Amino acid sequence: MSSEKIIMEKNLNLNLKVWRQKNASDKGKFEEYKVNDISTDMSFLEMFDVLNERLNNEGKDPVAFDHDCREGICGSCSMYINGRPHGPKQTTTCQLHMRSFNDGDTIVVEPWRAQPFPVIKDLVVDRSAFDRIISSGGFISVNTGNAQDANAIPIPKDAADESFAAAACIGCGACVAACKNASAMLFVSAKVSQLALLPQGMPERKKRVMEMVAQMDAEGFGACTNTGACSAECPKEISLSNIARMNREYIVAELSSDSK
Amino acid sequence: MNWVIKMFSSTIGQKLIMALTGLFLCSFLVIHMVGNLQLFKVDNGLAFNTYSVFMTSNPVIKTISYILYFSILFHAFKGLMLIRKNQKSRPVKYAVQNGAANSHWTSRNMGILGTILLVFIVIHMSNFWYEYKFGHIPFTSYLTNMATGETKSSPMSAEYVQSNKLEEGITSNEQGQFRVVIVKDLYKEVEEEFKEWWIVALYVISMFAVGFHLYHGFKSAFQTLGVNHVKYNGLIKFLGTWVFSVLIPAGFAAMPLYFFIFK
Repeated sequence: MSSEKIIMEKNLNLNLKVWRQKNASDKGKFEEYKVNDISTDMSFLEMFDVLNERLNNEGKDPVAFDHDCREGICGSCSMYINGRPHGPKQTTTCQLHMRSFNDGDTIVVEPWRAQPFPVIKDLVVDRSAFDRIISSGGFISVNTGNAQDANAIPIPKDAADESFAAAACIGCGACVAACKNASAMLFVSAKVSQLALLPQGMPERKKRVMEMVAQMDAEGFGACTNTGACSAECPKEISLSNIARMNREYIVAELSSDSK
Repeated sequence: MNWVIKMFSSTIGQKLIMALTGLFLCSFLVIHMVGNLQLFKVDNGLAFNTYSVFMTSNPVIKTISYILYFSILFHAFKGLMLIRKNQKSRPVKYAVQNGAANSHWTSRNMGILGTILLVFIVIHMSNFWYEYKFGHIPFTSYLTNMATGETKSSPMSAEYVQSNKLEEGITSNEQGQFRVVIVKDLYKEVEEEFKEWWIVALYVISMFAVGFHLYHGFKSAFQTLGVNHVKYNGLIKFLGTWVFSVLIPAGFAAMPLYFFIFK
């Protein structure tokens, strides 16, 4: 048996059901495609590249989807695959490989569904609601000028580690997509936590959490039922303890801030 | 006051209301359970009926009970409002959803479990609370010989108690050898209700709903309050699982089953 034959045997023939929607005002519908001879070493996005190349050659409109780094760090890719954000593995769609599927599988691909994430086209949604939440308070104010000496501010190792773990959030929105309430609590809590744990975050601590929660609510995200789906699906494994921390931060800020 | 309204109308604040009222209702379940254990006492209902008088006449307990009724209604109302709000956050549903892959089914069905509980509470209160307060429950008088400790009980109609101007409560005779207790016989009412198999079934099934609701609800309330700490998480999980979703529902379910089988 030639090595080529072995590889051929590994390849998959798949049925895709993909959400197609021309623009935000279009109703949209599922379109079915057959993709054949897909290598198990391909990423999910590369499988879509194969499909799009074919659609292009046929003079049809390729499927629009978000992607950028394809290294699992930018948070661009955003497909809801067979009922789970980023598919069956706890990773980003670009890092999901076709070996996670079996020959003959039907794969249903949908965009993130949330009122604050309107569909732009096909599988692309507008996630600028996240940007508005960040700009409402997810920052620290620093003076310009010379950079401070490294380690000039003492930070406990545990706090630094926890802050770093929260800062790993890439803002992909899988938490919102996974949540039955389309709640953004995991995202917002990661962004609140990464700064609340550090001395640099202290001056704006109360204002930050109040403004970010207010913006989160204004965008129309749902409330948290603590199902844990967000954390279970998060490609960066952001912990639910961040949500508890944000609740704490919020309650304390509301009870003790100077505003009446 | 503005900030209070602002706080409790945010998504976190609304969940805070759910958590606080929910934990208050959990504390009530413990009291309700412990008190009702007196149903298992083989004394023809003397202890349970005396306890019922205390629970409905003590002013502190009466005040707390009104807070309790309000909490039940508010918890249910707020919960349903939150479901509506959350549904609005996802106007277009997914065609395929695999919730089982990332969360426990109880956490995804708190609204349905809660609605079952609300219906149960209405039935339960009309069975006993309404009957006790406004229905026609016959009286029973218990005559205890203080020397021998023997108790004799005899039924009394409500009319007899009224016409003879007998007072509910505990009275001793002049010599102090006897103690007479005349009370509404709620114990008898419990006995009557739980003769029906379908009422027993309804109660037992509802206790499963209590267990599943609290399996998620108890620990979820602490998470909402911001209590998520390596030192206490184990205890919260343990209490939520073994006490509130197993022991307490099982204890409550045992009451109708006990009366149905043994009485």
